[in-house]
Amino acid sequence: MIPPAAAARAVEAPSFSTSRFRAEREADWIAFDLLLTKLEKKGAKALTSDELLQLPLLYRATLSSLSIARATSLDKALLDHLEALSIRGYFLVYGVRESRWNRLRRFFLYDWPAAVRSVWKETLIIALVILLGALTSYSLVSSNPEWYFNFVDEEMSGGRDPRATAEFLQTTLGHGKAAAGKGESGLHVFATYLFTHNSQVSILSFALGFAFGVPTMMLEYYQGIGLGAMIAVFSAKGLGFDFGGWLFIHGTTELFAAALSGAAGLRIGTAVVFPGARGRLQAASDAGRTAGKVMVGVILMLFAAGLLEGFGRQLITDTMLRYAIGSLMLLFWIAYYYIPRREDVT
Amino acid sequence: MTAAANAKQRTARAKKIRQFVTPEGVDLELRIASAGLRFGALLVDLILIVLALFLFSLLMLWMGLASQSDVTVVVWMLGAFVLRTFWFIGFELGSRAATPGKRLMGIRVVARDGGRLTADAVVARNLIRELEIFLPLMMLGVGASEDMVSGWTMLAGVLWSLTLSLFLLFNRDRMRMGDLIAGTWVVMAQRAKLDADIAVDAAGDAMAFTEAELAVYGIFELQELERVLRGRDPRAMREVADAIRAKIGRPVAEEDDVFLFSYYRQLKARLERKLLFGKRREDKYASD
Repeated sequence: MIPPAAAARAVEAPSFSTSRFRAEREADWIAFDLLLTKLEKKGAKALTSDELLQLPLLYRATLSSLSIARATSLDKALLDHLEALSIRGYFLVYGVRESRWNRLRRFFLYDWPAAVRSVWKETLIIALVILLGALTSYSLVSSNPEWYFNFVDEEMSGGRDPRATAEFLQTTLGHGKAAAGKGESGLHVFATYLFTHNSQVSILSFALGFAFGVPTMMLEYYQGIGLGAMIAVFSAKGLGFDFGGWLFIHGTTELFAAALSGAAGLRIGTAVVFPGARGRLQAASDAGRTAGKVMVGVILMLFAAGLLEGFGRQLITDTMLRYAIGSLMLLFWIAYYYIPRREDVT
Repeated sequence: MTAAANAKQRTARAKKIRQFVTPEGVDLELRIASAGLRFGALLVDLILIVLALFLFSLLMLWMGLASQSDVTVVVWMLGAFVLRTFWFIGFELGSRAATPGKRLMGIRVVARDGGRLTADAVVARNLIRELEIFLPLMMLGVGASEDMVSGWTMLAGVLWSLTLSLFLLFNRDRMRMGDLIAGTWVVMAQRAKLDADIAVDAAGDAMAFTEAELAVYGIFELQELERVLRGRDPRAMREVADAIRAKIGRPVAEEDDVFLFSYYRQLKARLERKLLFGKRREDKYASD
């Protein structure tokens, strides 16, 4: 049925055969695969110096095999394997970063302050927004205490409203005997609660930034409103100075962190609206990376604020001392962020 | 399967491929992960988080009862916070840039510009997640708890927040809001085992086919045949063997696997030879 000559021609293998190609190079791929698995499982430290030298060689050999296979082979399993291996190898070979410790050190020494420094305009704007909120509600509540109930939730205030007596307000500041007695045992629980709650709010105010920064500003304005209303209530009863101390001890850290989270959100919002010479996507991702660093810092700051609020404020009842600690914290943050460094890499 | 359907499938696959040239000048052809895989990975991660949280809570409850101190409450709250916020960040900072859910689905996070994936990008993309997951839930919660909010207002709020959460459905690169802001992509990264070379199988030379008999199929059919041969399911092999025999007009004379392996080997050799001369025949509908 088949002419013998034609049959012989069809079976005859061409001088370059993909099977031969594979047989020659297969050992490299298997070695590369094993090396990558080891690298993934145990890290770069587990590799001997011989293996480390082999890594880029095998990587390039695999990439070259992939190029050849794509041009010559139709073996799907082989192509898929080489493609997956190359992708895996690329990200491991080029993704090797500095050690964890180094990265941490750089973050605290340079990256974090640099990121915060670079959003100084946004920080200023958010600080003004918070201040504006506080002033609005302060003047409104001062002129007419009824306004208070529009600003502060009944449940949140816990009786701290214009109808309360000066004595009661005094106890909420941790001066009276009653407050000191009941607070003692649950301090750390309280501090932890404050920290996790505030962190969630900050993350939200950051995340809302991409909607052109408007929700972020609203959230921060709202924070200022609650603050101003409270101050108005306390100062009307002549407790303004004491309340200031009660707020100041952790408030400098917490409000600073709140302003920074808002600033991070605003940075993204403005980058999306006004990308400048870059593409919109590029601008958004540049802003996002800066904002990401700021946000890690914000969470750490809020942790400090939670400690100050939960422990410091409840254990230290002297108003002057509270002011002192609050100012010290503020000075520390300002110095940490805004004093220029020598090895400055943004 | 018609020519049009084949072509459509090919362009659909090509649409998912993004050029990604390494410094060595090789295009890795990364494939964008589909929305379904992303959702599956998220679901797996959420289930794992809830499971971990449950076990952690049990442990803390037991320790709290045993020690009679409220330090365990603090540990529990901090633990839950860390788990919720840093689960994704922690795993994506690892060398495989993927959470367990993503690993299971065979996908990973990649920097869009081809550079290394930095920690700040991972942090940014995952803090946005907070918003994407919890905003619709919050809208629901607020709507349910406050009587003055009408059902329609609530629906509008949920829909608005869902457009943010489902942002990845509205762009070609399947970027979440977080990916957009962090400058990242999620791409396929499954492993593929190096399977044996079936073209050198011993059965390969048992039969010989003519040019005309081999000219009926293209690359698509070749790779489908390869899939069947690697699967080694006798029923599928029988069907395919019968289809090929009918097409090239051969009687049923040999074992199915002998027939298929020989045909595969010779078809592959023929198509690869053409490939070397720059002729790539995508499927049987393309001209030879």
